[in-house]
Amino acid sequence: MTFVADVSLTPPPVAPAAMELVCPAGSLPALKAAVDHGADCVYLGFRDATNARNFAGLNFDEAAIEAGIRYAHDRGRKVFVALNTYPQASKAELWQRAVDRAAHSGVDAVILADPGLMAYAVKHQPQLRLHLSVQGSATNYEALDFYYQHFGIARAVLPRVLSMTQVEQVINKCKVEIEVFGFGSLCVMVEGRCALSSYVTGEAPNTHGVCSPPKAVRWVETPKGRESRLNGVLIDRYAPGEHAGYPTLCKGRFDVADDKNYYAIEEPTSLNTLSLLPELMQMGVRAIKIEGRQRSPAYVAQVTKVWREAIDACRKDASHYVAKPAWFSDLDKVAEGQQHTLGAYHRPWK
Amino acid sequence: MKLALGPNQYYWPRAQVLDFYNTVASSAVDIVYLGEAVCSRRHEVRLADWLAIANMLREAGKEVVLSTQVLIESGADVTVLHKIADNGLFMVEANDMGAVHCLSGKTGFVAGPHLNIYNLPTLQWMAGLGVTRWVMPMEMSRDDLAVIQQGRPDGLQTEVFALGRLPLAFSARCFTARHCNLPKDDCQFSCIQHPDGLMMRTRESEEFLVLNGIQTQSARVYNLLPEIDSLRALGVDVLRVSPQSQHTPEILALFHAVMHQRMGVNEALQRLPDLMLQTSCNGYWYGKPGLEQTAAQAALM
Repeated sequence: MTFVADVSLTPPPVAPAAMELVCPAGSLPALKAAVDHGADCVYLGFRDATNARNFAGLNFDEAAIEAGIRYAHDRGRKVFVALNTYPQASKAELWQRAVDRAAHSGVDAVILADPGLMAYAVKHQPQLRLHLSVQGSATNYEALDFYYQHFGIARAVLPRVLSMTQVEQVINKCKVEIEVFGFGSLCVMVEGRCALSSYVTGEAPNTHGVCSPPKAVRWVETPKGRESRLNGVLIDRYAPGEHAGYPTLCKGRFDVADDKNYYAIEEPTSLNTLSLLPELMQMGVRAIKIEGRQRSPAYVAQVTKVWREAIDACRKDASHYVAKPAWFSDLDKVAEGQQHTLGAYHRPWK
Repeated sequence: MKLALGPNQYYWPRAQVLDFYNTVASSAVDIVYLGEAVCSRRHEVRLADWLAIANMLREAGKEVVLSTQVLIESGADVTVLHKIADNGLFMVEANDMGAVHCLSGKTGFVAGPHLNIYNLPTLQWMAGLGVTRWVMPMEMSRDDLAVIQQGRPDGLQTEVFALGRLPLAFSARCFTARHCNLPKDDCQFSCIQHPDGLMMRTRESEEFLVLNGIQTQSARVYNLLPEIDSLRALGVDVLRVSPQSQHTPEILALFHAVMHQRMGVNEALQRLPDLMLQTSCNGYWYGKPGLEQTAAQAALM
């Protein structure tokens, strides 16, 4: 079965479309904060395992999603629903019903990762705009073209592993809009290709929409310091006075050979690409995604405000754009690990 | 039920690779997956060499499948992918959707374990593209596999990763180079020093994960040897053993003997620990955390 996208029939727009700011919402107050501070689009999830931030107390029931869509649409903004985990064998219907619910609620797009679910959406909700989730692990133009030709995806979110050159190559070769992560917690692994969390806890992003889930976390005070454990496995141990971060298991300190007690996989830093904005815009990145549906409305407000200002400044005069020190200090206040990195876009480790 | 040897996950010197597959040619294995699936910087054995090894194994009576790289980023990576997809001689295992795209409509290909096929609609859809064998994701439980097997398309074979350290994660970043304080582009191919990966321990010295270049593996060895009857009852067609630097032919022989009922499971289980890199785990099979070990249970079906 091959689905030919309508977009292939329409001529390309005369001027490049403006770069969209796509902000996270784990609750109705967070959605309002994003809209009020300048988000073009807000993405959210239902209150179950169909999305990759399946945390207790987070996400949207029917009433909240209806109110959220109305709030955003009244102000000319879009709402995307993330259904970006992989339907599990014994309950695939849960994900199909979620596609139907999203379509009936009037969202502007759904963000999917699973080909079977995309085929369902194309067949049963053909009017629904499809975005390929970062969990789809599409890191090259052949993979993107696959989803475009079969399901007519309009946009793809790239995994946080590509360099700027690689992002540009992908944009030049593929027919779908490209969205990249601009700010937030950093996955050092390719999204959709990491089962570390289920190896330790039984639950992971692909299967349950969680990573290093809170229910598996235990904090223990010991004579050697405060320990964070994940299902019993020691992830980190902190000296008195040392800042203790959430025990995401790839961000712990471990021993490798004679190298003791170091961040063997990844330091707990935040991705921040403010300084790359002119290049991202120039190469045709269609949207900047902010990570953090699990974060508070205050985080969403702060990050949205800074990025709105940055994107507007860059659009107005890209050649004189300079990321302001105040933006960095405002973002570092809410960032994980209180420090930031350009991630894979700029590869100091390359 | 057939026995397969998965693609080698590690980086070995050329002579060691050639020796290894010469031994494999006379081993008890039916199907051999070949190629560099982990890192494009590894070049001890190039595509032309892999094709020579493939021919040698085919002449020895083995079914050969060429595996594509899991993480394909650069234009050069895509070029290699095209060459493998268009090789015209051997079946190909697709390990990302770019590879699936290049292989769609061609005569039969294998959907590798990293394609995230977790449900029946996706498997059926993939079969429509020409997939003739699929490898179950490592994370999938026996109960979920049973659901899929009941609705599996006709003629589609199921393969299960049955012995080896689990390839749990892939990154653009090289953790072996990071350990050596080297940049990735000047990694000095440091993973060649670690024929079975580089052990990462917790700060209480528990062997936890294994760094293998851009890949992170489980320290424990996923071991479904005690489940062979259960796998057969589920209609699984192929069991996969993952290569390790030592004892791979002996492990293949044990699996083959149990699969063909020439040896009891208990006897094989007594011999296996001396051949394995670490202790067993089987949590995923029972729907539990992957690192856990549960006593084998009777087949459900």
